Amino acid sequence: MYAQMVKSDVGQDDPARLAAFQARIDAGEKIEPKDWMPEGYRKTLIRQIGQHAHSEIVGQLPEGNWITRAPSLERKAILLAKVQDEAGHGRYLYCAAETLGVSRDALTEMLIDGRMKYSSIFNYPTLTWADMGAVGWLVDGAAIMNQVPLQRTSFGPYARAMIRVCKEESFHQRQGFDIMMKMAKGTAAQKKMAQDALNRFWFPSLMMFGPSDKDSVHSAQSMAWKIKMNTNDELRQKFVDQTVPQAAYLGLTVPDDTIAWNAAKGGYDFAEPDWSEFFDVLKGNGPCNSERIAARRKAWEDGAWVRAGMLAHAEKKKARKMAAE
Amino acid sequence: MSAEWPLWEVFIRGQHGMAHRHVGSLHAADAEMAVKNARDVYTRRNEGVSIWVVEARHIAASSPSDKGPLYEPATSKVYRHPTFFDIPDDVGAM
Repeated sequence: MYAQMVKSDVGQDDPARLAAFQARIDAGEKIEPKDWMPEGYRKTLIRQIGQHAHSEIVGQLPEGNWITRAPSLERKAILLAKVQDEAGHGRYLYCAAETLGVSRDALTEMLIDGRMKYSSIFNYPTLTWADMGAVGWLVDGAAIMNQVPLQRTSFGPYARAMIRVCKEESFHQRQGFDIMMKMAKGTAAQKKMAQDALNRFWFPSLMMFGPSDKDSVHSAQSMAWKIKMNTNDELRQKFVDQTVPQAAYLGLTVPDDTIAWNAAKGGYDFAEPDWSEFFDVLKGNGPCNSERIAARRKAWEDGAWVRAGMLAHAEKKKARKMAAE
Repeated sequence: MSAEWPLWEVFIRGQHGMAHRHVGSLHAADAEMAVKNARDVYTRRNEGVSIWVVEARHIAASSPSDKGPLYEPATSKVYRHPTFFDIPDDVGAM
């Protein structure tokens, strides 16, 4: 999940309008940018879609790390296409957020100065090529769990962005699994790398769904507004149920001794991740937090003269064209 | 640097002789860049054969509050639909 612990805002709106708005959502209608909406709905969505967009953009960094070191030209081309998709997904989502009245530049600045977050998962390093497999298989797999139901979310531009993202995302998960299959069925050293990648990414992937939120007021409000479609625990359970047999297929061991099939609930029992680590990473103390933000800041600041120059050039061209007409 | 590149709305014609359809928006300094960016953002998998871009500020739109006055008059005119008329089966296809 690319949006974690999004706080919901409840504004001071007129109760009659609020009730009418809720009725539209309950009837399955989509809310469009120019429709009336509660301030809390708008603010919560900006926070959620913004965080989702930032995750796509920052998520390019751990993978970009391996583009020049991919083991073959074909793998390099595939990884490049995947990372380009992440940029595109960030773009779709920023567009959706902008329809709520926040500018793209303001969103970027809020990411860089720490007012907005991105998913905790991208604060972990990608140490070996097998990590490219684990990221595609587990991280994109977890993201899909969350994004598929969001295609039905109540805010039209967000739902449409999610439809585009989901169409492209399954390529990402499959390419990751393909890397894992190659590594797991390769030499003993390659299999060891695959196992090591699974060991390091398993619990951080479970953390992507966020802590249990069954008693959270924010989640209850967001679910009523249909901007959150499932609880964190539901999605995490679904992810584990899907992933454990895939790990078995690869001949790899999920790094959790407590995993066992529970026939009564029709799913696996599994160990919770270390939530103190999760909160620590969110606070900025993960292995790569400062590196990620420094990379985003550098790209933003180094690109400033290009953005200004392109705009000045476009204005000059426009003035010249006007003079000629 | 405070000025933001303008926002463009993007319309793509799919493969099958369809009309251009709105797909999303993007930022670009000018129209030429908007078309190039649209190619990269919206047609990475052969989704289109033609791209239109228009600066978002040039689009005029109806307001949601006009929904009643604009569309309600049509709902009472059911005779505009062919199914309003009963044609006997003996007449054949019409």
